[in-house]
Amino acid sequence: MYPENYRYTKEHEWILVEGGTGTVGITDHAQQELGDIVYVDLPKVGAHIEQGKSLGSVESVKAVSDVYCPVSGEIAEVNPALADKPEILNTDPHGAAWLVKLTLSAPAEVEGLMSAADYQTYIGAEK
Amino acid sequence: MLAVCGVSSAEELFAHLPEAVRLPRPLALAPGISEYEIVQYFRDRAAENANGYASFLGAGVYNHYRPVLVDTVVSRGEFLTSYTPYQAEISQGTLTTIFEFQTMICQLTGMDVANASMYDGSTAVPEAAMMAVRATGKGRVLVARSLHPEYREVLRTYAKNQGMPVEEFGFLPEAGTIDLEDLERKMDDLTAAVIVQSPNFFGIVDQVKAAAEIAHKRGALLVVIFTEAVSLGLLEPPAEADIVAGELQSFAISPSYGGPYAGIIATKEKYIRQVPGRLVGQSVDSRGNRAFCLTLATREQHIRREKATSNICTNQALIALMATVFMTVYGKEGLRELALQNLAKAHYLAGKVKPRFTGAFFNEFVARIDGKPPDELNKKLLKKKIIGGLPLGRFYPELADSVLLCATEMTKRSDMDLLAEVAQ
Amino acid sequence: MIDKVTAHLSQNERLIFERSSPGKKAYQLPELDVPAVDPAEALGAGNVRTAIEGFPEVSEVEAIRHFTRLSTWNYAIDYGMYPLGSCTMKYNPRINELVARIEGLAWAHPYQPESLAQGAMEVMARVEAALAEITGMDAVTLQPAAGAHGELTGILLIRALLQKRGNPRKKILIPDSAHGTNPATAAIAGYAVENIKSSATGVLDVGALEQLVTEDVAALMVTNPNTLGVFEENIAQAAEILHKKGAMLYMDGANMNALVGIARPGDFGVDVMHLNLHKTFSTPHGGGGPGAGPVAVKKILEPFLPTPRLRRAGKKWAFDYKRKHTIGRVKAFYGNFGVLVRALAYVLAHGGPGLRNATVDAVLNAVYIRKQLEPYFDLPYSQPNMHEVVFSDARQAKLGVRTGDIAKRLIDYGFHPYTVSFPLIVHGALMIEPTETESKQEIDQFIAAMISIAKEVESDPQLVKTAPHGTRTSRVDEVLAARKPVLRWKPA
Repeated sequence: MYPENYRYTKEHEWILVEGGTGTVGITDHAQQELGDIVYVDLPKVGAHIEQGKSLGSVESVKAVSDVYCPVSGEIAEVNPALADKPEILNTDPHGAAWLVKLTLSAPAEVEGLMSAADYQTYIGAEK
Repeated sequence: MLAVCGVSSAEELFAHLPEAVRLPRPLALAPGISEYEIVQYFRDRAAENANGYASFLGAGVYNHYRPVLVDTVVSRGEFLTSYTPYQAEISQGTLTTIFEFQTMICQLTGMDVANASMYDGSTAVPEAAMMAVRATGKGRVLVARSLHPEYREVLRTYAKNQGMPVEEFGFLPEAGTIDLEDLERKMDDLTAAVIVQSPNFFGIVDQVKAAAEIAHKRGALLVVIFTEAVSLGLLEPPAEADIVAGELQSFAISPSYGGPYAGIIATKEKYIRQVPGRLVGQSVDSRGNRAFCLTLATREQHIRREKATSNICTNQALIALMATVFMTVYGKEGLRELALQNLAKAHYLAGKVKPRFTGAFFNEFVARIDGKPPDELNKKLLKKKIIGGLPLGRFYPELADSVLLCATEMTKRSDMDLLAEVAQ
Repeated sequence: MIDKVTAHLSQNERLIFERSSPGKKAYQLPELDVPAVDPAEALGAGNVRTAIEGFPEVSEVEAIRHFTRLSTWNYAIDYGMYPLGSCTMKYNPRINELVARIEGLAWAHPYQPESLAQGAMEVMARVEAALAEITGMDAVTLQPAAGAHGELTGILLIRALLQKRGNPRKKILIPDSAHGTNPATAAIAGYAVENIKSSATGVLDVGALEQLVTEDVAALMVTNPNTLGVFEENIAQAAEILHKKGAMLYMDGANMNALVGIARPGDFGVDVMHLNLHKTFSTPHGGGGPGAGPVAVKKILEPFLPTPRLRRAGKKWAFDYKRKHTIGRVKAFYGNFGVLVRALAYVLAHGGPGLRNATVDAVLNAVYIRKQLEPYFDLPYSQPNMHEVVFSDARQAKLGVRTGDIAKRLIDYGFHPYTVSFPLIVHGALMIEPTETESKQEIDQFIAAMISIAKEVESDPQLVKTAPHGTRTSRVDEVLAARKPVLRWKPA
């Protein structure tokens, strides 16, 4: 369920690090909590976001959740599919519904994030 | 019931309150009175106000006939005593009429989307300004001095606390329209919005197109405000505007000494998520039938809390319904005919009492009576049971010798002749 | 057994634009008694619109049928109880509507000479005095248009006072149980929001407050009774903590229906508060407004009140515009006068003793409901409640049924739902406020309905989860409405 090669944050974001690029999304747990996603608010390409700062938000009918940057970097790409079909966040949160791709400025920050196993324990404990 | 609650008197239900906070005496308010006495009380108060006077006051609040159907509809208990339509299944009456309202406002203003009403025109101005700030990411606002003076005061109160600098640009002393050179001079790249009113406070149709060019050139939004909604029955709506906001009091809303009224904000499709206040959207129910519901609620205070587009919770649903019924009764032909009548009446008066400004006007204009200062003129008029135009000195020192005269479809020719006579 | 409602034929109705037909009219204007004017000449040809495309064109009969049919699709207080917590959906007296329409009041222009507006000004002065007495405060402004507007005004007053003292400060403390308008207001007033967690018993944690109040804190915004319907017994202590550090106490007056005639905020340390006339004072909700949000203050904040203020000039009333320290205007003119008239009619009808009785009945009704429903719904906080009670859906959630579902099923029983999922500190909240309006019969019917639903959750949860079943409109797809917003009608 939670890909082994991803890393996870306490705020329920995931990041896949490949070389100097990080692909960021929200976890399956997060999309379940939010319910049917209706809108995604994403940053502009070129914006620099620090770890822990908000890079956008995800909205359902009754709630809105900020998405926090897992590792500091510059926005290189924004997922174009989400503008028209925000609902893919519910069906494929770990794959097709990635939010942004970052050029990492502080790759060492990945060390502090959770592994898939740790994340599963974490959300198990939250319940 | 007391037994179920486990007490022997209802007073015991308050026993847990700390003694120190309890009010130890009865409220110092007279005992309750009967329905008849209440009616008498208010009739007596009403008698102490103007009754049976002809009035030439406008200045943001207008005397228009209220079709009888308006009160018939809003007096229905289902509209009067119902709650905000959060539970869509049992509020389709309210939701449908709001959807119709939103549609009519779009048709009237030429915008793509309108909300379900703001408190009034004056508070719609800072809301529009804050919208422009959110949409452009810039912080400064330029506002025309010919925007209603009290609206500008409200804008300043909000702006002060948002760290939003507000600067005014003037109007031309002969035409009464905005001073485009002054606007151009004060314009910069940090401006989020240019706010103009048309017809402006002096009743004059203003230079909306030209203002739009100046604003858009430097990446600012153009906000156009209206206070006389009937004008939109005849005047081309401001297509160049990014946001249109204003007051609907003219649409069967009683002047009622200043409120309650209903404001609106309407805008282009791309700013839809920046719009404050309630929005009603079309959808389907689980049987596939068309149904309406409140939507895009994530902009609002009850979800977004401190990041909301506004703190507004209550809108003016019942007042907006009055306007909806008004717009339905008059309809496509009627609103235009009503506006033509207003135009005719005011221009008849202007034929007898010469306007001070040269700009084209709708149903209000500024006049300066030679040899008669406004207060003196109005005192004479009161003796004839006429309330004269608004003396402008309180808002515009340079116009202290002038009054703002308004004539609507309710203004009688005989009263206009009388005013002209006294003004000779 | 559902005994409050029966299925019935209700009229269908399309949108007014779909009814329209070119040339139909519902109006008739008198003949002009002055010459007609050519609009192109008077306004400039480029300024004249051709037509208002799509505007309605119907006859008077079609208009009245349209709105009447639509009205029958609404629930209303005139139909039955609204158990909405924190909304205080009490009866809207019809006398209010009559007096507000008296010509001399309804047609009064805000700019008519003061000598011809003495009646209106007397009404306003009377309302100010009554509200000051009820709240135990020194001065009242009637300018704000609604509760949230009043909140903003109140916070701006605090800012102005602190500014005058040399430092407006940076943040406002808000309990996690607060209504969403509170943090939204603080943000618009230019303050940062800091949340203060409620104690384990759901009330204000004065220990936490002591820690959080620094020289950076401008105020604490509190609701009393709080959004659980529980009186904040430590409020006087909280006020002291704040005042010692030069901060102020703002009270959200939404729950005043539990206090009128019993306790006064001014007596327990509140510096500034707003009232919701469309809650406590019976003015009609009208489907979402208008309201009025007067703000009452202690003397220390009086100089900053919005301008103008009423003052006595000999035997007459006058407006005072020369207020050096005012925060300015928060609205054009003087306030929602028409709503003030209705609120005054309510105060006159009840009088001092009557207002207190209303409070007692409101609390009695709410406690009665609590006792009757306690065996069936989880009560997260056990302190005495006042005019409202908050349950949670914990028991029903185990069977997969949430508060939103129970609320929808309540519709089938002929009631409007209670407040769902608020306050946020209770997971799956059911917030119930009957008000003093409801008789034992109506309340017993409500209680029977809730108990029946609790039993249905156990025997037939699907029935509850897919409710409502009896309404002409079933559950509306809010997801579709948000994903693909359609906010106006367009011709095909």
